[in-house]
Amino acid sequence: MTGWATAILMLVGSVFTLLAATGVLKLPDAVMRMQASAKASTLGLACLLLGAAFQLPDLSSVVRLMSLGGFLMATAPLSAHIVARATLSRGAPLWEGLVVNEHPPSNGRNGEGQRRDMASSTRADAADTGR
Amino acid sequence: MLDIVFQVVLGILGLSLLICFGRLWLGPTLADRIVAMDLLAIVTVGVIVVSSASSGQPGGLDVAIMIALVGFLGTVAYAWYVQKEEGQ
Repeated sequence: MTGWATAILMLVGSVFTLLAATGVLKLPDAVMRMQASAKASTLGLACLLLGAAFQLPDLSSVVRLMSLGGFLMATAPLSAHIVARATLSRGAPLWEGLVVNEHPPSNGRNGEGQRRDMASSTRADAADTGR
Repeated sequence: MLDIVFQVVLGILGLSLLICFGRLWLGPTLADRIVAMDLLAIVTVGVIVVSSASSGQPGGLDVAIMIALVGFLGTVAYAWYVQKEEGQ
């Protein structure tokens, strides 16, 4: 019974991890890649840890797996937020189909030109969408 | 049955590692490479957890916890470095 639970949970977790890696490879933008990495890898690793806890049922292993899962669930949104803030303040190239950019780069030395570029492209894309 | 499942899961995780290395190789900006490194650390934790569950040896879990810690600190340090470089 625990063998079946381990098998199903580990297969689901590895498939979600593969989805995270595929999203990191295929999505067109650094921020989109970051959200694919953060969400899907957290879910996949939680499933992997639960499957391993069915396979290693003694107390010390379960406590280690639970602390590892809690640590990853606490730090994955933090690291995603920090990377996204650094990316947006750096003024990285965003996806050309972006309609609304709610975080224009304003706290950099060369933020002015990038803000103007991004605002003009945002207006053009909004016109494209409304047409 | 469970041995075959562990082999398949390790194969899928290895394929994920290869795809992450592809993004680390391609990545046009520094943020893409930071994201790829973060995901590499998380997939490595998954590989260690699966191998230690398949062998029944719980000693690898300490290594997994250490890799998770170092991966998070490395991601934060890279992002801080990027933002500091931008501010100068």
